[in-house]
Amino acid sequence: MSLWQKHQIFEKNSIILVIGILIVIAIGGLVEIVPLFYLKNTIEKAEGVRPYTPLELAGRNIYVREGCYLCHSQMIRPLRDEVERYGHYSLAAESMYDKPFQWGSKRTGPDLARVGGKYSDDWHRDHLKNPRSVVPGSVMPEYGWLAQTELDFSHIDTDLKTLALEGVPYSKEMIENAKQDIITQSTTDSADAGDLAKRYPKAQARDYDGNPARITEADALIAYLQMLGTQVDFKLYDDKANIR
Amino acid sequence: MANAVPPEKTMTIGEGGTAFALTLLALLSIVVAAKAYTPEYAFHAYLFVAACVASVFAIFNRYFERSAEPTPLEVNGKPNYNYGPIKFASVAAVFWGLAGFTVGVIIALQLAFPDLNLGIPYTTFGRLRPLHTSAVIFAFGGNVLVATSFYVVQRTCRARLAGDIAPWFVVLGYNFFIVIAGTGYLLGITQSKEYAEPEWYSDLFLTVVWIVYFLVFIGTIFRRKEPHIYVANWFYLAFILTIAVLHLGNNAAVPVSLYSPKSYIVWSGVQDAMVQWWYGHNAVGFFLTAGFLAIMYYFIPKRAERPIYSYRLSIIHFWALIFLYIWAGPHHLHYTALPDWAQTLGMTFSIMLWMPSWGGMINGIMTLSGAWDKLRTDPVLRMMVVSVAFYGMSTFEGPMMSVKVVNSLSHYTDWTIGHVHSGALGWVGYVSFGALYCLIPWLWNRPLYSLKLVNWHFWISTIGIVLYISSMWVSGILQGLMWRAYTNLGFLEYSFVETVEAMHPFYVIRALGGLLFLAGAVVMAWNLWKTVTAAEEVKPADVALAPAE
Repeated sequence: MSLWQKHQIFEKNSIILVIGILIVIAIGGLVEIVPLFYLKNTIEKAEGVRPYTPLELAGRNIYVREGCYLCHSQMIRPLRDEVERYGHYSLAAESMYDKPFQWGSKRTGPDLARVGGKYSDDWHRDHLKNPRSVVPGSVMPEYGWLAQTELDFSHIDTDLKTLALEGVPYSKEMIENAKQDIITQSTTDSADAGDLAKRYPKAQARDYDGNPARITEADALIAYLQMLGTQVDFKLYDDKANIR
Repeated sequence: MANAVPPEKTMTIGEGGTAFALTLLALLSIVVAAKAYTPEYAFHAYLFVAACVASVFAIFNRYFERSAEPTPLEVNGKPNYNYGPIKFASVAAVFWGLAGFTVGVIIALQLAFPDLNLGIPYTTFGRLRPLHTSAVIFAFGGNVLVATSFYVVQRTCRARLAGDIAPWFVVLGYNFFIVIAGTGYLLGITQSKEYAEPEWYSDLFLTVVWIVYFLVFIGTIFRRKEPHIYVANWFYLAFILTIAVLHLGNNAAVPVSLYSPKSYIVWSGVQDAMVQWWYGHNAVGFFLTAGFLAIMYYFIPKRAERPIYSYRLSIIHFWALIFLYIWAGPHHLHYTALPDWAQTLGMTFSIMLWMPSWGGMINGIMTLSGAWDKLRTDPVLRMMVVSVAFYGMSTFEGPMMSVKVVNSLSHYTDWTIGHVHSGALGWVGYVSFGALYCLIPWLWNRPLYSLKLVNWHFWISTIGIVLYISSMWVSGILQGLMWRAYTNLGFLEYSFVETVEAMHPFYVIRALGGLLFLAGAVVMAWNLWKTVTAAEEVKPADVALAPAE
């Protein structure tokens, strides 16, 4: 019996065909995905990566909601021009708490992996309101309404709880103080800023949107943007130790 | 006739069960609507309530209207094919195609003229872009796949579609999912995972629809009168099964609350990236390739009235294609923080994938052996053959772009967009149009209104595709080269925004290309509308087919 005739077992039995397809499509995915969860060198050892503060998380959720990743990557490749343009190439460790990851696949706008601290809060506020007021050739949409919209953080503790359930190291204390931490981080010279920094090292607390009277979506988004890429101190990071 | 007992009319398990399940879902949706965290989510809950109530009403209405006996599987010894759900899906395909292409033209124009974002949340590029991709891939492409798969599986098995309510549930449920997903994007409900944007509750609903889709399909195969399962059905099966696996794997998420539209994906960072592109690339491989190859394997031989070129080639390329495709995902993550071993595997398998892809192309094009003259006389067949040529072109370009050095230039640029559209407009679009031009006259039992209009459609949209692809090649390669250009003093030559400004003319040309493609589709919609609304019915001579052995 030739091989071609043996193939008839698939052509004449739908269940065997279904099982055959499932086995054949399972192999590639299993080989490529499963080792990423147990090979220790998948995620580098890097000091300083911490979960997002509640305000940064709320800002990140706005970034996700508006689909910013469709035009902005957050993944600097180890190529000469990218490293010179954007900074140190991105580490897997830097997005280890990102759910979902926002590496992106297109740069209609520049990479944002290390945008934190590059521009002032004022610049971000003006840029979100009218990108062409600060970058004349920009094709970015205007996001003026973010500074007009109150941030809804009534359920932010539930968000932290959900992430903790999925393995992000949010402590009980962090979850309990989540709402207060949002108010603290969006206020300039808050008395609680020290507590916030204890929970989230290097967290910057100030009024981001230029309107101390209220906490807006622009506060959250700018807080997130100003944190991006600033967690790992690359003066101390040892590239050689993490060569994979 | 005094002692003739009229058959007692009872509700079937399908009717009763579906009505019961939908009633429960409606009640749950009312609770969710009342307690929803956001008004957008409450709106979706009300849509669920409305859809469930309307469906339950329709089920009861149908029950009272129908006769007591179940629909016969055969009439006069011939299969009693079920065309209702197919008609709905093919009309939906045309509608969503027009909608999706229109949104595509709008977002193309937004990139050339950013004022068109209008400064309000609902019309920004970031919200419209997923609407475009989902509308063309899942709404247009998905309805074409559902319609053709239900048609092909019935005809090649010579059996009526399995289920009574189930096929309608698949078609209507799938389109309801699209409405939920699409309105969600506009309202800011998204996971921001590319091509998997719908949130957890839409995903759950789609899972149920998809399982029923699989059961209807496999149930029809069980009923087949032919000993062999036709090759198109292997591809449909691979498409349905793999999409189910990918959908479940990539959308594994924990909702913040039953009352919140927001969820968090269980994967994170680098693992999430790998899972996402395992999904994303195989959405291309199984939704946009395997599914549409199934269309090719039925509609091209049927239209050309020639047998498939090589049966053995179809066996080899089927198994090779579905085995190799799954590995190709990491080529979307070259030079990223994904470990090198995974990137190398992705690149290697992507290059190998070139071979089975061209196996499919050869099998499709060479089916015209002995019927090449039909390319001159039949624009519908020409459209399908050109689609296979585009398939060959983009499945060569893809492996080339998956080579790491090429990818270091092409990644993050418009070259990727151009590549995707040579596959999407040329391959998926054209093979779908060809299938619709065949299917709709067959379903409604009327001749196609005008072949001349098909010719117009073909040429208008071909010019559109050429403008689209070539402008994106130029802009992508130009921008990639500008990003890495250095002055002779060793400084980066261009600021980022200078490279954005250089894209403007190409964005205008691209929008024009898209507009021509849309214009072609409008011509098609008109042609199909005139076909369906024509009064004359033709009675095709039924040829008795001998079972294949």
